[in-house]
Order: sequence, then C-alpha cells, then structure tokens
Amino acid sequence: MLTWSQILGILPQQLVFGITLGTVYGLIAIGYTMVYGILFMINFAHGDIFMVGAYVGWAVLGALLASHAVPLNPVIVLPLMLVPAMAFTGAIGLALERLAYRPLYRRGATRLGPLISAIGASIFLQNGVMLVEGARERVYMTYAVFPRAWRFSVGGVSVSALVIVIACVAGLLMWGLHVIVQRTTLGRAIRAVAEDREMAAVMGVNVWRVVATTFFVGSALGGAAGVLVGFYYTQIDFFMGYSAGLKAFTAAVLGGIGNIRGAMLGGILLGVIESLATTFINPAFKDAVAFGVLILVLVFRPGGILGEALPDWKRI
Amino acid sequence: MTALLQLEQVVTYYGPMRALKGVSIEVASGEIVCLLGGNASGKSTTMKTILGIVRPHSGSVHFGGERIDGLPTQSVVERGISLVPEARRLFGRMTVWENLAMGAFSRRDRPPDEIEQDYERVYTLFPRVKERLAQLAGTLSGGEQQMVAIGRALMARPRLLLMDEPSMGLAPIFVDQVFDIIRAINGQGTTILVVEQNAAVALGVAHRGYVLQNGRIVMADRAATLLATDEIRRAYLGDEEDGAC
Repeated sequence: MLTWSQILGILPQQLVFGITLGTVYGLIAIGYTMVYGILFMINFAHGDIFMVGAYVGWAVLGALLASHAVPLNPVIVLPLMLVPAMAFTGAIGLALERLAYRPLYRRGATRLGPLISAIGASIFLQNGVMLVEGARERVYMTYAVFPRAWRFSVGGVSVSALVIVIACVAGLLMWGLHVIVQRTTLGRAIRAVAEDREMAAVMGVNVWRVVATTFFVGSALGGAAGVLVGFYYTQIDFFMGYSAGLKAFTAAVLGGIGNIRGAMLGGILLGVIESLATTFINPAFKDAVAFGVLILVLVFRPGGILGEALPDWKRI
Repeated sequence: MTALLQLEQVVTYYGPMRALKGVSIEVASGEIVCLLGGNASGKSTTMKTILGIVRPHSGSVHFGGERIDGLPTQSVVERGISLVPEARRLFGRMTVWENLAMGAFSRRDRPPDEIEQDYERVYTLFPRVKERLAQLAGTLSGGEQQMVAIGRALMARPRLLLMDEPSMGLAPIFVDQVFDIIRAINGQGTTILVVEQNAAVALGVAHRGYVLQNGRIVMADRAATLLATDEIRRAYLGDEEDGAC
C-alpha cells in the first residue's frame, strides 16, 4: 500500500498526465457531441476520422524530416502538420455527411439507418487506410521535434514540453470553437439548428449548410487530436480510432451529449479518472473504473453532467 | 389592387391526409388579412406551405409577382416573409438579444448600422424587451415571449408578416396589446396575414378575412361584414350561449 505522503507525491504528476490526455479526449468528443446536437446521430466514423488525421500528420512529418526544408522546431512543425491534417479530415467529414448521411435523411430515414451507415463509413475508412498504408503501425518521430531533454520541473512535478504543448494546442482549439459557437453569427445558427431546426430555417438559416459546417468543424478538431495523440503515443495504426473513439464518445456522454462544454469537461474528467486508476488501482482496471464512473453518473444524471433532461426522441 | 401574396388552388398533403383542398387567398400590399378557422382546419398548414416548410402538391404560391412554392424555406424568408409562430417557439437556450439577432440572420450581409436601426425599432415597440436582453428567452413569461417573438420576426424587415395564433395562451390584457401592436406594425407599412381562432379580436383589427374549414375556404369578405355574419357569430363568437368569447 502507498502511504499518504507517497500518494501526495505522485498525485500532481498524474493529474497533469490525466488532464493532458483528457483535453485530447475532449477534442475528439466535441465532434461526437456537435453532430449529435443537430442530427441526434452518433457518427461512429468519427474515431476513424481522428485516425486519418494522425496519418496525415505522420506523412507530413515524414516529408519534413526527409527534406530538411524547415528547422525541426515545434512552433514551425506543428502548424505545418495540424493545418493539412485538419483540412483533410474536415473534407472527409464533409464527404461523409454528403454521401453517407444526408441522402438517408432526405429520404426520411429512421434513426437506425444513418447509424448503420456510420458504422459502414467507419469500416470503410479503416480498410482504406489499411490498404494505402498497410496494417503495420507507423512511428511518429516525436523526439526529433520534442527532444527528451525538454522537461520542466514545477513544484516537484516534472513535465515534458510535449505534454504542455499538447494540452495548450487542445485547449486553444477548444477555446477557439467556444468563441465561434458563442459569439459569431455562424455559431448562433448552429445553436439555433440544434434547438429548433424548423424555426432556424424560418430565420433564413440554410439548415443543411449548417449541418455540413458542423461536420467539417467536428472532423477537423478530431484530425488535430489525431496529430497530438500520434506525438504522445509515438505509434499509430489503422485501428487506433476504435478505442479512442469509444473513449471520446464516453466522454461526450459523461459530460452530457449534445453539450459542447460538456464534451470538454467529460474529456478532462475521463482522462483524470483513467490516469488516477492506472496509478492507484491497477492499469488493467483503468477502463473498468472509467466506465464504472460513467454508469454511476448516468444512473443519477441520465443526461450527463451538463446535459439537460433526456432529449425529446420525437424531434426527428 | 396588386396582390403581394397570392395562393391559387393550393393542395397540400400532411402525411397521407389532404390538409388543404384547393385554397386560394390573396393579400394586398398594406393589408391586414385574417385567416379564421378551428382546430385542424388547415390554418397552420397554410402558413407552412407559404414558407416552404411543406410543399404543395398542386397549385401555386406567388409573392411579389414571383412564384415561391418549391423554394427552400431560407429563400422564401430572404424574399421578405417572416413568421411569428404558434406558441412563440423562441430559442429558449439563447438570450433575448441572440433571439433578435437570429431574426436578422437573413440580413446578415447588410451594414451593421442598418440592423442597429431595426433593434431600435423593436426596443421602441417593446421597451420591456430592451430590459431583458441578457436574459435567457426560455425564462421569460408568456407575454414577454410573445413580444420577443414579434420583435424577432420584425428584425428581418419583412414585407409580409405571418402571425400564427398570436393570442393563444396569453392573458386577455396581453391579447389586446398584441393586436394594438399588429395595428401599429401595419401602420408602419408591413403587410400582415394573421391566423386566429379568436375571431372577435382578429376581425376587429383586420381589413379582410377568410374562413377556412376542413381545408377549404368557405367564406371571404371584408372583416366588418364577416363580423356581422350569423355563421361567424355562432361558430366563433359563441353568440348562442352567453355572448362571451
């Protein structure tokens, strides 16, 4: 057993890890929750969009390492990886909405149709990447960009530059999204469509354009998360979207699905719970603990932490 | 008289049901026209057909000389029609100000000072709304919500304002206020088509009226004439009982 002083000694370190991981979960969870908010659909392909983002980042990083075109400074390298990854995954999100989901809704699909279509899209993306890139994992040359020696010690907690950068980038993207959703005309249109689609149209909102925009934004954030996770775990493969997607979906439900702030909160909470369970209980039980907390939350607050009462299922 | 809005022989299905069975309505520029009818008479379907929320099976809808049936809702709205919906339907999770801003969505490309004038116009009509701008719309009282709903519709600077049962669920004192406002808005040059069950108040304000029954127009006349008609008095004013309405 650990003594209290030992626990207090490790705790800050684990909290930092948990929060970092949690911001990434939150970033992916936003994609689930935004789409659910306006279409009441779980986009099961979202985890795989995240995976594609990791691959795009990996390809760019490889090209940068091979060409020596730019100095390997994170401030330069990271944007060069994030922008194409986000643009590419955003485009995939648009394509999925257009080809796999919208035709179903236009023809009056029930809830189940688009869900099955999403599972199909998920398998399609996994197999597509496997065919193009192979089934073996690929390696992120993390330490070429973030040397191992880059560590900071704050009050006895030793943190690598990588962890700080990941948390900052994820936090910045979430903050940017928050500003867009809360303060801009586009954001108001997104919220209006989420709350009452017919009235949003009566205000002059092109509902399907808003749906497409939501897919683009959510997917781009997922793609950015893919790059960050690639750096963090240093290995990626075509199946990585499955478990990450499941975790992020859990985070979205934990925070209250449909609620963007809930997704951020749920992500961070899940990351911290996992990190603490790994350290203080048993790494093998971290998922069991995380899902145990989810079940407890849902028993007492079925809509999630920030969620309202369960949505009116008749709305679609 | 040139019709601003013209419905010709409109047939609309609501699911498998024929909700409108050949409805023809004309609204001239500057008029207040009242569409009377009981529950399930097709009043709301008429509104939805005009706005392009449901498409007519046959017949046509013209607005300002242009055919608009078949256009998507946002295009209809951009041409200058806005709606005060039944039961208000504000965006309850947004503030009052954000609701008004949504009303101006179709004019988002206009210069900001032009939009600013529209806010001022709404604040002049409804000083109460100005006091509540930061409040969530869902927390307002019914009467206040109706003011915001009307203000939101006016933010689009409509040429034609559709109002679906504006008196429903309001205290009698608010009903009179709402119809005073309707008269005032009309005085400022906006054409109004109002759907009502409360015939006494609506016909008191309207120039002309139509009576919709079972998806058909069964009567059309000047408001004063309709108000004096026996059928209207019996069906909508409860004259046979004790004169209460």
